[in-house]
Amino acid sequence: MQPSPAQSPTSSRSNLAGWLYVSPLVLVLVPFFVAPMLVVLAASFFATDGFGGLTPGFTLASYVEVLHSALTLKLYLATIKFTVLTWIFTLIIGFFVAYFLVFHVRNQLLAIGLFLLCTVPFWTSNIIRMISWIPLLGKEGLINQALLGMGVIRQPLEVLLFSDLAVVIAYVHQLTIFMIVPIFNSMARIDKKLIEAAIDAGASRFDIMRLIVVPMSKSGIALGTIFVVSIVMGDFFVVKVMSGGGSASVVSAFYEDVGVLQYPTAAASAVLLTLVLVAIVSLILRTVDIRQEITR
Amino acid sequence: MSAVLADMPDAVAPATTKAIAPSKGGRPWTFYVLAALFTFYVLALYGPMFCIYVLSFQDIRGGLVFPMKGQSLHWFVDLFTQVRTGDVKGSFDRSIKLAVIVTGITVVVSFLAGLGFRKRFRGDTVVFYMMIGSLVAPGLVLGLGTGLLFQALGLNASWYTSALGAQLSWTLPFGVLVMFAVMSRFNHVWEEAAYDLGASRWQSIRLVMIPVLAPGLVAVALFGFTLSYDEFARSLQTAGSLNTLPLEIWSMTLNVTSPSLYALGTVTTIVSFIVIGASLGTIVLIQKKRGSRSKG
Repeated sequence: MQPSPAQSPTSSRSNLAGWLYVSPLVLVLVPFFVAPMLVVLAASFFATDGFGGLTPGFTLASYVEVLHSALTLKLYLATIKFTVLTWIFTLIIGFFVAYFLVFHVRNQLLAIGLFLLCTVPFWTSNIIRMISWIPLLGKEGLINQALLGMGVIRQPLEVLLFSDLAVVIAYVHQLTIFMIVPIFNSMARIDKKLIEAAIDAGASRFDIMRLIVVPMSKSGIALGTIFVVSIVMGDFFVVKVMSGGGSASVVSAFYEDVGVLQYPTAAASAVLLTLVLVAIVSLILRTVDIRQEITR
Repeated sequence: MSAVLADMPDAVAPATTKAIAPSKGGRPWTFYVLAALFTFYVLALYGPMFCIYVLSFQDIRGGLVFPMKGQSLHWFVDLFTQVRTGDVKGSFDRSIKLAVIVTGITVVVSFLAGLGFRKRFRGDTVVFYMMIGSLVAPGLVLGLGTGLLFQALGLNASWYTSALGAQLSWTLPFGVLVMFAVMSRFNHVWEEAAYDLGASRWQSIRLVMIPVLAPGLVAVALFGFTLSYDEFARSLQTAGSLNTLPLEIWSMTLNVTSPSLYALGTVTTIVSFIVIGASLGTIVLIQKKRGSRSKG
């Protein structure tokens, strides 16, 4: 998969063949990814009559409005808070679950079976997995019932559902898999001889973790981080449902704007969010060559 | 997970000895801590989902939380007969049809792109990052852009045009990434042998590559189907007047407060599980057939 340097002066024939093979992909991505993003960019410069009508033109009014609003800062802070919390929890759980599967489960087949067990929910509905927390976290939910029954609390905890806590729980529940898979892949590729050599050289298990496992899992961590960060920052339905309307994020505000047909402001905010996302993703990409990593 | 799925037996093949944890004798204390963490993770992953499956089988007195009130199929009947819950049957049909179309296109386009990306060609990096961009772009923003684009072009948004394209912008990057993992394990010698024996390019694809890569293609199909079937954010602004199933579930989470919602969750998860089971079963079957053939 990895092209050798000898091949790099590509002939025009192999250029043509390459483009022929990827042309169907390009034919989908141009109208359904590039063009829509350009439309959003264009709409952010348009004026509006306030009823959903767009007047083509060039005005920075929407950007001024978005950037001057105190709400924007609040939304970004809330989004960043959710992103950082989710990232920390998914990283810790994902790293150690992958570590357990690769280095502690001795039976190969069992490790793959357990790995698949972790991935199955990925192929089921996110919305359903989110609402499935309601019978657990609700005011009359299982957790409150259990805590009341044990006498730990006298009144049901209200912060469990429809709160920031519930939002973070739902995110971690949905997204840890995006950490487990790439980290598992990186770890499975670590040559076990390296670790044996380290043990022979007198390294402690903590040293092995610090000096071998973590550095060699870095690309998996980077890949997982890109997924988790971009999904949390682009999400609106978890925030909307699990916070019970109490919290908002950049995209949930975007959703409200679209609902009241404020397209230019929504578009301007979307463009800003995309810029922030691009900046974060390119920062991560500077630490790891994602293409080499994936195609290796 | 793609790589592991595609060829399960040798996915973690390098992990022959578990050196960090001694491969014989007593387990280190970290094993027990991490095993507990893993168990907790899997319980938290599946526990909530099982709660709603159980609660969907209550009788007419049923509510959204435990304890269980009676047992019946009342809410399943309610789901498909009540007008209040919307057009569940219609949206279910549409989602399945759409997922089948998306799966077909995803498999073909991802396979071709996988072939194309094997060699470098001028501009391949642009296509690659276009794909990554399409993957990490906020779904709702992309959906809105697609919706506005269709509006500007005077086209009607519908589930089989704009929503189809919007979903492909989500499933194709996943499909191609899975293909990368699958292709990296393809031995080029087989292909060259086919050419040496006088096969045309098309013959080598049809008679060598497709049979060898079959398990990987099933994995791509699994991604295509489930990601489309559960897709929500990108479909929201592009599905037009007729809902797909996740959109139906979304509107139910906002106004239905009966176990019908859970019944729908149970039904849609059963469909997901059937698809996942069929895909994994097919992969295992192909691998088994191969194993017996190479032995016999």
